Amino acid sequence: MSTPWNRLPHGGRIDRQKPISFTFDYQRHFGFAGDTIASALLANGERLVGRSFKYHRPRGVYSAGIEEPNALVTVGTGNRREPNVPATMREISEGMVVESQNNWPSRTLDLMSFNQLAGKLISAGFYYKTFMGPAQKSWMTYEPFIRRAAGLGKASTEPDPDRYETRHAFTDVLVIGAGPAGLAAAHAAATSGARVVLVEQDRELGGSLLSEPVDSALDQWRAEVESDLRRRDSLTILTRTTAFGLYDHNTVGLLETRDHETPKPESGRARHVVVTVRAKAIVFATGAIERPLVFNNNDRPGVMLASAARTYVSRYAVKPGTRAIIVTNNDTAYRAAGDLARAGVQVVVADMRAEIGSEVRAETSAHGIEIRTRTAVVDVAGRHGVHAARLAEIDDVESKPKYSIEARSADLVAVSGGWSPAVHLTSHLGVKPVWRADIAAFVPGALPETQIPAGAVTGVFSLNECIVGGSEAGVRAATMAGRSGADPGRLPAIPDERSETLNLKPVWEVSGIRHGKAFVDIQNDVTSDDVRLAHREGYRSVEHLKRYTTLGMGTDQGKTSNVNALALMAELTGQSIEETGTTTFRPPYAPVTIGALAGRAVGAHFRPVRRSPLDDWHRKNGAELIEAGPWMRAWYYRWAGKTPAEAYIKEMQLVRSAVGISDVSTLGKIAVEGPDAAVFLDRVYVNNYAKLAVGKARYGVMLNDDGIAIDDGTTTRLGEHRYFMTTTTAQAGEVMSWLEFLLEAAWTDLDVHLASLTDQWGAMAVSGPKAREALALAFPAEDLATERLPYMGALETELEGVPVKILRLSFSGELAYEVYAPAECTEALWCRILEKAAPLGIKPYGLEALASLRIEKGHVAGLDLDHRNTLYDLGLGKMASKTKPFIGRELLAREAHIAKDRWSLVGLESREEDKPLRGGSILFARGDEIEGHGRGYITSVTWSTELNKFIALGLYKGGLTHEGDDVIAAFPLKDETHRLRIVSPHFIDRDGKRLHA
Amino acid sequence: MLRITCPHCGERDHTEFRYGGDATKRRPLHGSTDAAEWHDFVFVFDNPKGWHSEYWQHVLGCRRWFVAERHTVTNEIRTTYAARERGARS
Repeated sequence: MSTPWNRLPHGGRIDRQKPISFTFDYQRHFGFAGDTIASALLANGERLVGRSFKYHRPRGVYSAGIEEPNALVTVGTGNRREPNVPATMREISEGMVVESQNNWPSRTLDLMSFNQLAGKLISAGFYYKTFMGPAQKSWMTYEPFIRRAAGLGKASTEPDPDRYETRHAFTDVLVIGAGPAGLAAAHAAATSGARVVLVEQDRELGGSLLSEPVDSALDQWRAEVESDLRRRDSLTILTRTTAFGLYDHNTVGLLETRDHETPKPESGRARHVVVTVRAKAIVFATGAIERPLVFNNNDRPGVMLASAARTYVSRYAVKPGTRAIIVTNNDTAYRAAGDLARAGVQVVVADMRAEIGSEVRAETSAHGIEIRTRTAVVDVAGRHGVHAARLAEIDDVESKPKYSIEARSADLVAVSGGWSPAVHLTSHLGVKPVWRADIAAFVPGALPETQIPAGAVTGVFSLNECIVGGSEAGVRAATMAGRSGADPGRLPAIPDERSETLNLKPVWEVSGIRHGKAFVDIQNDVTSDDVRLAHREGYRSVEHLKRYTTLGMGTDQGKTSNVNALALMAELTGQSIEETGTTTFRPPYAPVTIGALAGRAVGAHFRPVRRSPLDDWHRKNGAELIEAGPWMRAWYYRWAGKTPAEAYIKEMQLVRSAVGISDVSTLGKIAVEGPDAAVFLDRVYVNNYAKLAVGKARYGVMLNDDGIAIDDGTTTRLGEHRYFMTTTTAQAGEVMSWLEFLLEAAWTDLDVHLASLTDQWGAMAVSGPKAREALALAFPAEDLATERLPYMGALETELEGVPVKILRLSFSGELAYEVYAPAECTEALWCRILEKAAPLGIKPYGLEALASLRIEKGHVAGLDLDHRNTLYDLGLGKMASKTKPFIGRELLAREAHIAKDRWSLVGLESREEDKPLRGGSILFARGDEIEGHGRGYITSVTWSTELNKFIALGLYKGGLTHEGDDVIAAFPLKDETHRLRIVSPHFIDRDGKRLHA
Repeated sequence: MLRITCPHCGERDHTEFRYGGDATKRRPLHGSTDAAEWHDFVFVFDNPKGWHSEYWQHVLGCRRWFVAERHTVTNEIRTTYAARERGARS
């Protein structure tokens, strides 16, 4: 292996003892441990890294950090193929497969790049104008083509094999960013006695100090502080971790990544972890991001931020070029100039300012750097990589180029348009950043006192000031967290005397002579001409500008482009930048892996599953299970058939002709007890409970204050002050909360106690003409005769010492009982009934048959109750007590609720043989046009074994006033219609003979 | 992402709680036949910018209902107290 030509022989924060090989577009390359994909590619002389989003222009590495707009690559293969990875952030690992994006057939020969020739056609607003206007339908025609031409990388479509996690953390002080200010803040807060979490997106601590030469005095300072921090138990350091969002109550979302490790999901090690941190105080030491300058062809490979050029030389020992032109409007670029020159790069500085300080001159003159003031780069040449730059003298006032243009040979153009503090996080809760004209940048606005910005994010660019500010912020944060008093300690002396100020001259764009495109947002291919077009067409507010041009809407969220765009718009409108304002900053600051947000809540762990106490038995005895809300319920049993359609009919027939048993443990069960229990139930149910005799059950309906039915069920009076309420499976939780609310917030004078018994008691329905015989076999000691246990009667008893409740209730319309037993004994009781009643032919029936039986009987259930029905709509108006008030009584009677044409419950009978009827079908009167919402819809449907036809329950405008009418059920998705007749919803046993048998 | 202090259990994550409506409203007396009063109670709400009283339930904890005074802009919660005390406080 030979050292690649752009790698310097010495220096850098790379481990030359650990070579790493990887491929880029199938070609093998070498780098070292410590390299990012970007630094390794540059070391290998790869300047062209991909193609741009819209115009397919050749692009290279533009930055050395999270702000990267250009060098997005696809990493990995197969089910680990990950698109749009910033090459500047991902570390290389052995055997890594890296591909360029957005080009076809290859990065050097991209046939799609004709888009740039047709560039006029796809300027800002192209999509709106072309596809959203009268020609909207053409979108359908062109979409596949446009999707292919414009876009980024392609993700794997296979399931992700890696493991992800979420966790929660609490701390006194959270310090975001481990640059000079963050290190100082963490040190000060920790020595003050606070528990500290220090978060750094890079793999190493130091921020801008990592771009200082290795073993320089500043680097040694960094190392000393780091080792001090690492010795402290009260301080947690998270590297490769990005704070992506600030949320209420000082909550911060962190994404901890471990992409540098070989994935081992089977070991339980997560690839990414989302950490939700609650901090008593937060220090934002998020630094600043360098801004580009806008000039012709400023996106060519070889054009990069000056700070990035410096980072590649000093941190990675990579020469990003051999002949550099640095173009700047401020002092900071001179550090890059010095470092590049020391590495043997020939450097020319084109400084757009008229005057520059003597300090700056002195520092650079030692390296033979040529400095040209009042000079800008107006254009660069070289499609696949810069080979020359055009320099022009500019005037002092408007920064317009004069006509003396000089071409200079160069393979690197390093730009510095100033610095934008990374205010993003500080603004996530709506605190608008504030413009500071002296540094031409936004700084954080007025934050709550527990949120403290420090360092470059506050617009401070001198190292000393950053460290002092960081220390102060750390002490303040510790105080806010209640940890003050201890000696905040001292950092080692700072060995830097360089006064690093900006001295910035605000120039955003060097315009005047247009030759090619001048990009503002490089990732989204938005040019300065697009900004002008938006202005001409009236999209002048920054939010409109953003949406019209897609500016700042890429995966980099415009980290490098926002301020330049605002400044251009401000110039065009004649407003100040302050008046122009920024777009809203929203989380996430950088892309967050969806898998990490989901964490372990995937697959079977997506949400908790509730299981009946009979679940094991069902699984062992041929039940097919189905999800019903959070519950797993027995759907049907294989004794009755192989398919649900076959099985439920057999199960129904068994119940109608003999006896079946079904698991109804999912019913909500609530104990209502206390001296005022009767008064309480009288208030919450529309019907009367105070007069219910002990040992009797009653079917009741509850309304909300608006008179809408919210739940139904039976409540049994077990004693003078003791009731046992059941609710529907779906509403159990809601009803419990509502009853608790009434007792604690509305009627605090009532002496009632509630307890949820849903999980404590299992329940089974024993139904069919032979139900009594079946129970008599299982409970030989009990007298179950109608005289003792009539319809709606209740019995509390014991079976071999186990408490059991037997309620004679029916959901199916047959003679039936609900038998309740403690959850731990439910299976034993179930098995006993099955065993003892076996001579009667008893067998289990599932949810499908249960539902079909109740439809035949005309009992409403969850499907029919859509939380828009009144008591009258459900045909239950007669239940409403006339002798006592109940919740919902007053508004139940309001005009809209008693209108004659409300959608109310009807039965429906098929008029067509052997044609399936679908739930959800829309109902129309004969002669109606089959269009729109119709006059109602089918809520529940089943095959009736008694009537030998499809029957249904539904809601229909005017309800049973239309009894006998023929209607049409339409199912537009399948283009089906079905003729039905409106009938009573009670299809069987209308006089209740079976119930009372 | 709120932290809510249950008056009975202490500070907990918002995922343990459920929101339960406007606590500034006075529920009409049970049995009131004044439809206008019920209409106002059920349908007419203020949407204040600033401090607001609302009901919450510690549904995955002690299950008690309480009143929280929350700032609708900053989400700051300045106080919580048992729902039963609400009559005494307003």
